[in-house]
Amino acid sequence: MAVETRQGHTFGDRMPRKEDGRFIRGRGHYVDDIQLPGMLHSAILRSPFAHARINGIDVSAALDHPKVRAVITGKDLEEQGLAWMPTIAGDTQAVLATDKVRFQGQEVAFVVADDRYSAQDALELIEVDYEPLPVIVETPRALDPDAPVIRDDKAEQTNNIIFEWEHGDREATERAFEQADVTVKQEMIYPRVHPAPMETCGAVADYDVGTEKMTLWVTSQAPHAHRTLAAIVTGLPEQQIRIISPDIGGGFGNKVPIYPGYVCVAVASLVLGRPVKWMESRAENLMSTSFARDYHMVGEIAANKDGNILGVRVDVLSDHGAFNAHAQPGDIWPMGFFAIFPSCYDAPAAYAEATGVYSNKAPGGIAYRCSFRVTEAIYLMERTMDVLADELGMDPVELRRKNLIPAEKQPYESVMGWTYDGGDYHAALDEALRIADYQALLEEQKEAREQGRIMGIGVSTFTEIVGAGPKKKCHIAGLEMFDSAELRIHPTGKAVLKIGVQSQGQGHETTFAQIVAGELGIPAEDVDVHHGDTDHTPYGLGTYGSRSTPVGGAAAAVVSRKIREKAKKIAAHLLEAAEGDLEWVDGGFQVKGSPGQRKEMGEIAFAAYTNTPPDEEAGLEGVAYYDPPEMTYPFGAYICVVEIDKGTGQVDVKRFIAVDDCGVRINPMIVEGQIHGGLAQGIGTALMEVIEFDEEGNHLNSNFMDYLIPTSMEVPKEWETGETVTPSTHHPLGARGVAESPTVGSPAAVVNAVVDALSPYGVRHVDMPLKPAKIWQILRENRVEPF
Amino acid sequence: MRIQVNVNGESREADVEPRLLLVHFIRDVLGLTGTHWGCDTSNCGACTVHLDGEPVKSCTVLAVRANGHEVITIEGVSQGADLSLLQQGFREEHGLQCGFCTPGMIMTATALLERTPRPSEDEIREAISGNLCRCTGYQYIIRSIEWAAKHGAPTQVEVMP
Repeated sequence: MAVETRQGHTFGDRMPRKEDGRFIRGRGHYVDDIQLPGMLHSAILRSPFAHARINGIDVSAALDHPKVRAVITGKDLEEQGLAWMPTIAGDTQAVLATDKVRFQGQEVAFVVADDRYSAQDALELIEVDYEPLPVIVETPRALDPDAPVIRDDKAEQTNNIIFEWEHGDREATERAFEQADVTVKQEMIYPRVHPAPMETCGAVADYDVGTEKMTLWVTSQAPHAHRTLAAIVTGLPEQQIRIISPDIGGGFGNKVPIYPGYVCVAVASLVLGRPVKWMESRAENLMSTSFARDYHMVGEIAANKDGNILGVRVDVLSDHGAFNAHAQPGDIWPMGFFAIFPSCYDAPAAYAEATGVYSNKAPGGIAYRCSFRVTEAIYLMERTMDVLADELGMDPVELRRKNLIPAEKQPYESVMGWTYDGGDYHAALDEALRIADYQALLEEQKEAREQGRIMGIGVSTFTEIVGAGPKKKCHIAGLEMFDSAELRIHPTGKAVLKIGVQSQGQGHETTFAQIVAGELGIPAEDVDVHHGDTDHTPYGLGTYGSRSTPVGGAAAAVVSRKIREKAKKIAAHLLEAAEGDLEWVDGGFQVKGSPGQRKEMGEIAFAAYTNTPPDEEAGLEGVAYYDPPEMTYPFGAYICVVEIDKGTGQVDVKRFIAVDDCGVRINPMIVEGQIHGGLAQGIGTALMEVIEFDEEGNHLNSNFMDYLIPTSMEVPKEWETGETVTPSTHHPLGARGVAESPTVGSPAAVVNAVVDALSPYGVRHVDMPLKPAKIWQILRENRVEPF
Repeated sequence: MRIQVNVNGESREADVEPRLLLVHFIRDVLGLTGTHWGCDTSNCGACTVHLDGEPVKSCTVLAVRANGHEVITIEGVSQGADLSLLQQGFREEHGLQCGFCTPGMIMTATALLERTPRPSEDEIREAISGNLCRCTGYQYIIRSIEWAAKHGAPTQVEVMP
């Protein structure tokens, strides 16, 4: 038996990704790549109206199409009790419309045909008798007493209100506002945007009549939860359902919910006994699958004249579209983690109230690269902080510095009931200022203004709240939000790690291997990570809300440590030493004070199958289900520098400095990549992206010609990233999760920079997206010379 | 109608509908699923392949248009375990995350380096501006292409170290 020594990569290394080998060759395996013998294709007929009664559907001509195998309508599903499905927010959503359509693009009929072109052709042969109804597009309209009631399918629903929610201490906050020297109030809209991953949503269902087993390949960020929900909804035995979430072309929250297409494709395969594929088009993706945000907010801060915050008050109207498919970690969280809004500031009082409403728009809203509404909360806070700075005539950096929670108060108990897991916010801000050379930037801005250039500097400091959750607090449709890892060490010292979370590009196959490597001294190259297949991985709640590392990563560490405990017993047996005399040093056990008496992990693994101690079971395997004691709180300090073209109103992001503290970094290269991508998405939100409707509820930009996402030309030349490292106080590896910090922190930094640029013209706030036309209008109103 | 297309050096023939898009011919008829479909409107570039050496978005080219012509897909830029320098560059410089845009990105970059072996950063940015990536923020994609440019000719195939 050859001795295994530590070679290759381990925890903390900039290891090139293990998954890249297949992707760079075009050998990734995405849902649309699945080709099965006899597989049929499908297409969905969607409503052209935002709100209409369905008086009849005639599918006879479609059924006459020679290549059509089936046409399914809501009436057909109703007979099976499948016309409606539950959403993860506890609402119901129509799979195929029976009574009414409630948003443009809603699913009305499902056609199965021999090929995808024929399925599309047949859609045009279906006749639907629609009776248009008045629509609600502007969110506040939903609250009008004479507004049409959108969800008249629900007997108890007599208006459009989904929930009314409050959090915090109302009286204490009111007192703070009464006693304050200064108060500010700012209305703002966080617009409706779309995650728009490059791969759209889709599924392949293959019901095997011989084994009575349903295999579903789905673009899913949470395959295990999807399996359980599929079992509950369809009545199929759960062991007869296998969900495979293969390579996923980006998720960003878009692939958390269950969509009607997934249900239809499963029904079609059950009925026809053949595999059926459904893959949405880009237009369908942008029109019908989950949007994000659409928060109409009012932020208020009370402060003393020195700028010390006394209280924060928030009022929100949230638009959930036609069905409440909100991503939330349980029914006690109708606003997700929005109550994090006092953020990294030492606010003595805070209070929020919110109303959620239905409208005739696509259902949602999901958490787009966001831990359940943190993004909206931080944007609100960071925008309002700049308004306060303006009111006080104080530098926004100084205002923040004054109010950041001091490091010595960590772990910090916030007035909103959170317990932060450590952090030195001042250090992160100082590092960002150092990278930016803030004083020089202020000088440069002064010069620019003298030269007639419009330059702005924006700052944003924030904490996130990610890694849901403690299972006592957080659940998805009742499923507690733990996560899992199962580790098998083979006799030759190689390992297979099976995890309950699932990658959509985050690089789990590499980082999770690095976790095992760090714990057991096995090179990461020798650890194969399996995920996404419910038949072959332990139960988990999936990847969203930056929970893979905080929860799944912790499970991987814990199971590795379990294995190490058993390895110690085996090592003691091999070394003929007492367990208590052994110590773990650099990937092996050795007798204390006698490093020559040593067994490497590889030797121990071999012995686990060939020479086990008499009182030990053979094998070296384990499983861990990890319940985090608290959420994790990654934080950061961002600085954005913009220049505005006076003639066109185009905002050019000249520099973006991002200092993130995500605790200990497992693979710094992957962390940086995640930050870059999130920053680009944040810039997209701030400058380019919004889902637009006309007054009839027609979707106006359901393609990438009109719904613009950043290209290589809209992002700055370099993402200037920096770090501070404050280990999480409770995570086994000291890690916190990172992927969402950049989308959470960056939009405010960009908008703050643009508002700063326009501040000489008295501008205090501009709603996103800051498209050239909007800025051009401001410039012209202020008679700025275009050249 | 019957078409004959030279794909990655092999002659492929098929009966296709005149309306069949090249991307579906490549993916569904030939089973070469490395070429991805992402948007329908030739904005995202996930479907980029080479048609007679020029990068084209195969979602807006009819398969019949390729009749008698030469198509190179991502599967054609490397042989077996060997990778092109661009493929190596993407791995070395973390030029990908979910991998969905990667084949199109590599095809566009391959065409760029064939024309301009030592492109400036601005030239790279402009060349890939028709290929959307939602994951990376582009900086490491640009570094990946620079890595390949620095290490030699784009068509040169080398064994991974």
